Amino acid sequence: MFTLSFRHDFRVPDLVSSALRPLPLLPLEVFLRQLTSSIVARHPDILERIGRTDLLRFGIDPVDVPFAMEIELRDGTAGVRLMRSLEERMLHARITGTLAALMGLVDGEADGDALFFSREIVVTGDIAAVLALRNAVDAAEITLLREAAALVELWISQPGKLLRGLLADEAGSGSKVGGDPVRR
Amino acid sequence: MKSTTLTLGPVLFNWPADRWRDFYFRIADEAPIDHVCIGEVVCSKRQPFLADVLPDVIERLEHAGKEVLLSSLVLPTLRREARHDAELVNGRHMVEVNDVSMLPAVAGRPHAIGPFVNVYNEGTLEFLVSRGARLIALPPELPRSSIEAICSAIPDVTIEVWAFGRTPLAISARCYHARLHGHSKDSCQFVCDQDADGAVVETLDGEPFLVVNGVQTLSHTFCNLLRDANDLVNIGVSSLRLSPHTCDMVAIAQLYRDVLDGRRDADDAFLSSRDACPSATFANGFTHGVAGALYV
Amino acid sequence: MMPTDASDLELICPAGTPAALRVAVDAGAHAIYCGFQDETNARNFPGLNFSRSDMATAIDYAHRRDCKVFIAVNTFPRAGDIELWRRAIDDAAALGADAVIVADIGILSYAADRHPDLRLHLSVQAAAASSECIRFYTEAFGVKRVVLPRVLSVPEIADINNRISCETEVFVFGGLCVMAEGRCSLSSYATGLSPNMHGVCSPASHVSYHEANGEFVSRLGDFTINRIPANQPAAYPTLCKGAFQAKGAIGQVFEDAVSLDASKLLPALGRAGVKALKIEGRQRSRAYTKAVVGAFRAALDAMASGTEIPLGVLKQLSEGQSATCGAYVKTWR
Repeated sequence: MFTLSFRHDFRVPDLVSSALRPLPLLPLEVFLRQLTSSIVARHPDILERIGRTDLLRFGIDPVDVPFAMEIELRDGTAGVRLMRSLEERMLHARITGTLAALMGLVDGEADGDALFFSREIVVTGDIAAVLALRNAVDAAEITLLREAAALVELWISQPGKLLRGLLADEAGSGSKVGGDPVRR
Repeated sequence: MKSTTLTLGPVLFNWPADRWRDFYFRIADEAPIDHVCIGEVVCSKRQPFLADVLPDVIERLEHAGKEVLLSSLVLPTLRREARHDAELVNGRHMVEVNDVSMLPAVAGRPHAIGPFVNVYNEGTLEFLVSRGARLIALPPELPRSSIEAICSAIPDVTIEVWAFGRTPLAISARCYHARLHGHSKDSCQFVCDQDADGAVVETLDGEPFLVVNGVQTLSHTFCNLLRDANDLVNIGVSSLRLSPHTCDMVAIAQLYRDVLDGRRDADDAFLSSRDACPSATFANGFTHGVAGALYV
Repeated sequence: MMPTDASDLELICPAGTPAALRVAVDAGAHAIYCGFQDETNARNFPGLNFSRSDMATAIDYAHRRDCKVFIAVNTFPRAGDIELWRRAIDDAAALGADAVIVADIGILSYAADRHPDLRLHLSVQAAAASSECIRFYTEAFGVKRVVLPRVLSVPEIADINNRISCETEVFVFGGLCVMAEGRCSLSSYATGLSPNMHGVCSPASHVSYHEANGEFVSRLGDFTINRIPANQPAAYPTLCKGAFQAKGAIGQVFEDAVSLDASKLLPALGRAGVKALKIEGRQRSRAYTKAVVGAFRAALDAMASGTEIPLGVLKQLSEGQSATCGAYVKTWR
């Protein structure tokens, strides 16, 4: 019998969320930046499908964890920053929802419209940009676990890369990563 | 060059038969209109009310030198509606086709295409002209650039543009008047007769936005192309359509005639149209390729 | 008119992206409909649709799995710029599409003249709502199938099928147009962009959301389309689903935020002679496509084997989370 497989009612428990709060953001940001870089390199069609060359800054705000993410698209590259909150950030659009819902969207397990209708995700700002991002990510058939595995594989084959990522961050955060020479 | 004609479209609203008759009598006697399209086009349930007065109205209009066209329904779905439309073709009058279902019946004889048939480009127009279309009213949402391209591609038919009145925006199987009153469509009690220019629909901010007219939805604003008229004529438009409302349509027709004939300045005429239609908000956005609700 | 056996009913499924197409094929679609990446199709949304090479690969994928591909070229060409639409027809024919879905009379005429072997389906955007209307398209252009507008009841559909020579296809699930399709300028009245000319309705580029007094306010162009209290289901600000005030009352004047679900009418539609059942949603995600196509294919298989049809499982994917049978049931009017 047919059922909807996606469980989008999962929330990170408050206890876990509180425990995450004092953690430093830098290691996670480095990981996310390399993950984004790897995803963009493995799925060049994402940026192509979004089809916009102007600067686009999305705020991604998972409500059940104590940090948020800013994704910046410009000239066919993607950058990512991690922060405690999106307050006072200059954003073109903002997507808010539980971590599970947001990850479900990336993984293609959730339907963006259904999550929007049920108010599990809320979008504000440039709605056309959000739609383009959502459609492009859905079209890319990303599996986050597989993407993370590809990144770990890369670290094993090129251990210097992890170190360079950390050093690059010391030199100044927010560097553009879309052009990194990551191969399938 | 042939002078630009004025067409009076059919009354879209549910007017009592005597008001409807008197309106057309006055048009016959006083308005500088060339073509008059008549008939109930929105809802077939209203058609019987007009049947009694229709012959008198046609006679009076023709006696005054107007060319009368019989307009077909916008969305015929029932057999009864198809039969009604088919009968229009049997008379001596040219038929104005408002739904593609009428095209086989009029093929090979001169006919008009109403603004409810989707003529968006010269390809469609060429096909329709090859089957006998002579007067083509373009869809009201067409921008000037499309109008110009159509006129220049096929210069020897009469191209008409929606120039005055609330703009028809949509047609449905559902009756919104009945829905507003909590009735079903089949037992609507003809509540649409309460709103001679349509029932106003406002946004939740209290801003007037649309009007409903039975199964039809129209703009709240009145299209007014008095200041665009001469430009449209210059790009090849040869007829302007005025849509009847309860305001002074004779005065409106006279203003359009005067502007087209160069007897009156367009800006001046536009100001006067406010007096002829004091409650209206005017718009011309569609013609300018922007939101139809705007006046540019 | 002959009733259509459950085993002969075709399930026509949406694909906004090559990924969605593969999901729909794998979930049991009999045919996929999709469009090129421009204003020639009525879902010209950001991030969607198929390049020419996407389309070639997609058709190959579908055909290898015995699934057809229909290409929608179903907007009305811009005057003076018809070439873009004609090229879409030429390319669809060259790519081996099983049919093109067309609305414009000029493009139908072009396709019938230039590509006599290309199967023509009449788009819902042509709003052919009567047998007379359908006969015009079959006689003038040899149209083989008509997608019926969502304004007809099931008995009316049966009556039409009695009086025409081509197949009919009807929508059974997804977003619901309240107005006769292809004859609606509500969107361009508020935004300047229309389904007929630009392939968009209430376009995202003109949508904005904000919170005010605890309400979720959606606006389209310069107009407020809805205010939704916290914790109530949201709706995309499609103009005809908005909340307005008229005659002193506040509410959804045109249609509630519901979507179409005719799953319980499948046997009746088969008896009415309908040949194909269409799912709306080229703009939806792979998750939607997989769930809806899978459910409807299961329903058709159940009908064919004489077992009970599973109902109601799709509610979560629907707008406002409730469903209607729309005009198929006469009281809707």
